Amino acid sequence: MDTGFVVDPDVAARFPDLHPPLGKRAAVVEANRCLNCFDAPCMSACPTHIDVPQFIKKIASGNVPGSAKTILEANVLGASCSRVCPVEVLCEGSCVMHGKSERPIEIGRLQRFAMETFYDAGGKLPLRRREERQQRMACLGAGPSSLACAAELRQLGFQVTVIDRRALPGGLNTYGVAEYKLRTADSLREVEMIRGLGVKFEVRDIDAAGLEELEREFDVVFLGVGLGAMHRLDVEGSTSAGVIDALEFIEGYKTGARLTVAPRVVVVGAGNTAIDAACAAKRLGAETVTILYRRQRANISAFDFEYEHALREGVKFLWTALPVGLRETEDGIALACLEVAPDEAGLLVPLEGSEFTIECDVVIPAIGQSPLVDLLSQARGVSMEWGRVVIDRATGQTTNPKYFAGGDCVNGGREVVDAIADGKRAALGIAAVLAGNEVANG
Amino acid sequence: MADLTTNFAGGIKCPNPFWLASAPPTNCGEQIMRAFDAGWGGAVWKTIGEPITNVSSRYSSVDWAGQRMMGLNNIELISDRPIEVNLLEIAEVKRLYPKHAVIASLMVESKREVWHEMVKRAEGAGSDGLELNFGCPHGMSERGMGSAVGQVPEYAQMITEWVKEVARTPVLVKLTPNISDIRVVARAAKRAKADGLSAINTINSITGIDLDTFEPRPNVGGKSSHGGYCGPAVKPIALNMVQQVNSDYVDGPPIPMSGIGGVSNWRDAAEFILMGCGTVQVCTAAMHYGYRIVEDMIDGLSNWMDEKGFVTIEDFRGKSLTKVTEWKHLNLNYKIVAQIDEALCIGCQLCHIACWDGAHQCIHVDRVTGSVDGHVEVHAKPREMGRERIAVTPIPKLDAPKVHVGTHATSLERIPRVDETECVGCNLCSLVCPVDHCITMVERPSGLAPETWAERTNALVDRAG
Ligand SMILES: Cc1cc2nc3c(=O)[nH]c(=O)nc-3n(C[C@H](O)[C@H](O)[C@H](O)COP(=O)(O)O)c2cc1C
Ligand code: SF4
Ligand code: SF4
Repeated sequence: MDTGFVVDPDVAARFPDLHPPLGKRAAVVEANRCLNCFDAPCMSACPTHIDVPQFIKKIASGNVPGSAKTILEANVLGASCSRVCPVEVLCEGSCVMHGKSERPIEIGRLQRFAMETFYDAGGKLPLRRREERQQRMACLGAGPSSLACAAELRQLGFQVTVIDRRALPGGLNTYGVAEYKLRTADSLREVEMIRGLGVKFEVRDIDAAGLEELEREFDVVFLGVGLGAMHRLDVEGSTSAGVIDALEFIEGYKTGARLTVAPRVVVVGAGNTAIDAACAAKRLGAETVTILYRRQRANISAFDFEYEHALREGVKFLWTALPVGLRETEDGIALACLEVAPDEAGLLVPLEGSEFTIECDVVIPAIGQSPLVDLLSQARGVSMEWGRVVIDRATGQTTNPKYFAGGDCVNGGREVVDAIADGKRAALGIAAVLAGNEVANG
Repeated sequence: MADLTTNFAGGIKCPNPFWLASAPPTNCGEQIMRAFDAGWGGAVWKTIGEPITNVSSRYSSVDWAGQRMMGLNNIELISDRPIEVNLLEIAEVKRLYPKHAVIASLMVESKREVWHEMVKRAEGAGSDGLELNFGCPHGMSERGMGSAVGQVPEYAQMITEWVKEVARTPVLVKLTPNISDIRVVARAAKRAKADGLSAINTINSITGIDLDTFEPRPNVGGKSSHGGYCGPAVKPIALNMVQQVNSDYVDGPPIPMSGIGGVSNWRDAAEFILMGCGTVQVCTAAMHYGYRIVEDMIDGLSNWMDEKGFVTIEDFRGKSLTKVTEWKHLNLNYKIVAQIDEALCIGCQLCHIACWDGAHQCIHVDRVTGSVDGHVEVHAKPREMGRERIAVTPIPKLDAPKVHVGTHATSLERIPRVDETECVGCNLCSLVCPVDHCITMVERPSGLAPETWAERTNALVDRAG
């Protein structure tokens, strides 16, 4: 499948796969290690409940197409999940092998093997249901949650349109994941597969008027818009050209807009995105990359394995450091910082006389994304709490029955797989609610 | 220190009971001398007879769960080398390795003079014994030799008698398993005064079919033929046949037995010896890994013998024969039940599904607290279990880490429970459990006096009478 997307060859060379793929024999050997648990804990741990033993045993028997179908049946974005999921805290973390003091089964790499074999062979998924249903569904946002919702709705026979303001669908999978984990081209390949099911994609910027239009055009609107812009670094001088937020930075090198970075880079924040940005800076040629974090190692929100990975890439961590001001100098940026410590109430207070300055060229804030309150608050009757859309957990329905929602705009920002699970659950919820209405009106 | 020296079938002496079976590893003198250097105690020469022409390919195998060659199949015939060359090399090997056993395996046309001639020549070359190949299940049997002889007790007896007329060294008859009762040919050999037996030869097999070409393996230009199966997969079959023959007193007491069939290590060897064998023969394992495997066979068997206090092979040979009986003599009142060690259980629930679908529906996943026994109705399934539950990725900052309580490897809700009142003590769960010693079968004395089926039915007859 040609997605018409070519990554810069130099960037590609700097971001080879973090984990090598499994070869066919190695996959079979690994698949044979799987105990084939009954009611397997890995399956429960997976937010999309992929039947893990089933797809693994199909690899062992040489039925790789069947294995791929088993995965896609539960999780239509099984390929990106196999690359971006924090399997250490999900399926592989729950593998019973831990109880035997043995290595867990490499579920992530096995899934990737099945998925890559599937896509290399053309990557076509047959439609589950042949009869068309006339109801029209809009999935707002083209990220993982919307894609999962759209694919499932389409599989149920509905007429589905995915709407996003950006040129390429896929959301963060396309624009925001470190290239050594998930290539943009791989994300787009999945989108093409979903398009192949008959899902339509539209580029349209939606505002309040746009939402009203959608309500008229469609029977149901699924909100899978994710989060908004990244939080700005709230210090003097942060509008400097040397300050670039982490997602913009990542998108830049993934789409070919940025091929290098200046030698001295500071990343502010210690979440998973901060680590992706820091490692990318290192690979793009930065000499020093320092992550500034205002608390201690134990408080970071990045997964342990991400932290370890950053250390291996040569990223330095500076704990209990708070940036307070930024000034452009002759040869770069002077980032003024304070050392902070929590007081009795847990509030961070500066230590007296702890001011210091870091000389650098680029500052990359990675301190979270703000919710898309502006847009979401325009959706009539859709309640929000703490910047998140309120839904019924089981169906994904919002307080306005015409709207369903899932993904980051609901959970405040979790993993790709959580967004996919939300999207699929919402699709099933939509179908169930429509069926209920039909019965009630029938 | 264990003494492995062996004196088999009335005079075949060797430093240990490990022999290479008549097969490709014993094709020529150069190989056999290397095998003796590696430590093998004896070798049965690749069957000697009028040279044949082999086909290619010749072998196929059965892999299992990622392991190669659980079973090996071959359609090879006897030696393709001239008789005189084989005999010259026997003489050479015996000259250089006088303390090792060299057995000449023979297969010739079913004519008395031909057999007489062959026996004299083999013994003339210096072989320590003869093995009559009445087992080869393919090719040779179509020419009236091999298993064509081994499947007809009268032929087997007749040819063995011809051989015994002239043989001065011990004569072993190699039995084919491709017969409904292996004992009938063993009895024929005993009637013909054979000095010993070798069992088993390979089992008729077709190992598999290529699903693209529909051609079974091994493929000889698009066609295949049934072959002989051997290797680890056949060990249980071989052990059973050896037990049957070694416990058979028809036509005289059992005679010395060289055990063959799936012997791959010292444990297998110990089992065949416990079942009465004086030596064991190895083919597939040596073809798979080379002669070097004998080092561990010698070392492992010696260590085990030391640990058990056995000094010679004879000290434990046949010890398990008395522990095999007919089913009707088993105690019907012996009762065991499965017991799960909760501290070891990893929660795979394979025992549950095995008992549920494949046994007696008495392992339940319905635990709420602690270990409880009783009928399933008493316990409600914990709420929100398994895949109905909405799962999310735990985030270090937001979600409390899963704390591990106590010494158990797994959370109690995943540990199955055995309903002892319903357990029939079949063993299945303990066989499927992937954790060593996690499920043990424990005796629950029934309080009843031992009673066998034979006793019970005799009692009925007595009462009726
Ligand atoms: C526990 C057990 C009980 C069996 N009981 C019977 C039986 O009652 N009748 C029968 O014809 N075969 C019986 N068999 C043999 C099977 O039908 C089958 O022929 C044999 O297991 C070989 O197949 P497999 O290699 O797939 O196990 C039994 C097998 C097992 C494992
Ligand atoms: S021994 Fe057999 S019947 Fe008893 S629990 Fe295990 S599988 Fe079930
Ligand atoms: S098979 Fe063994 S480890 Fe698995 S659940 Fe049963 S007792 Fe536990």
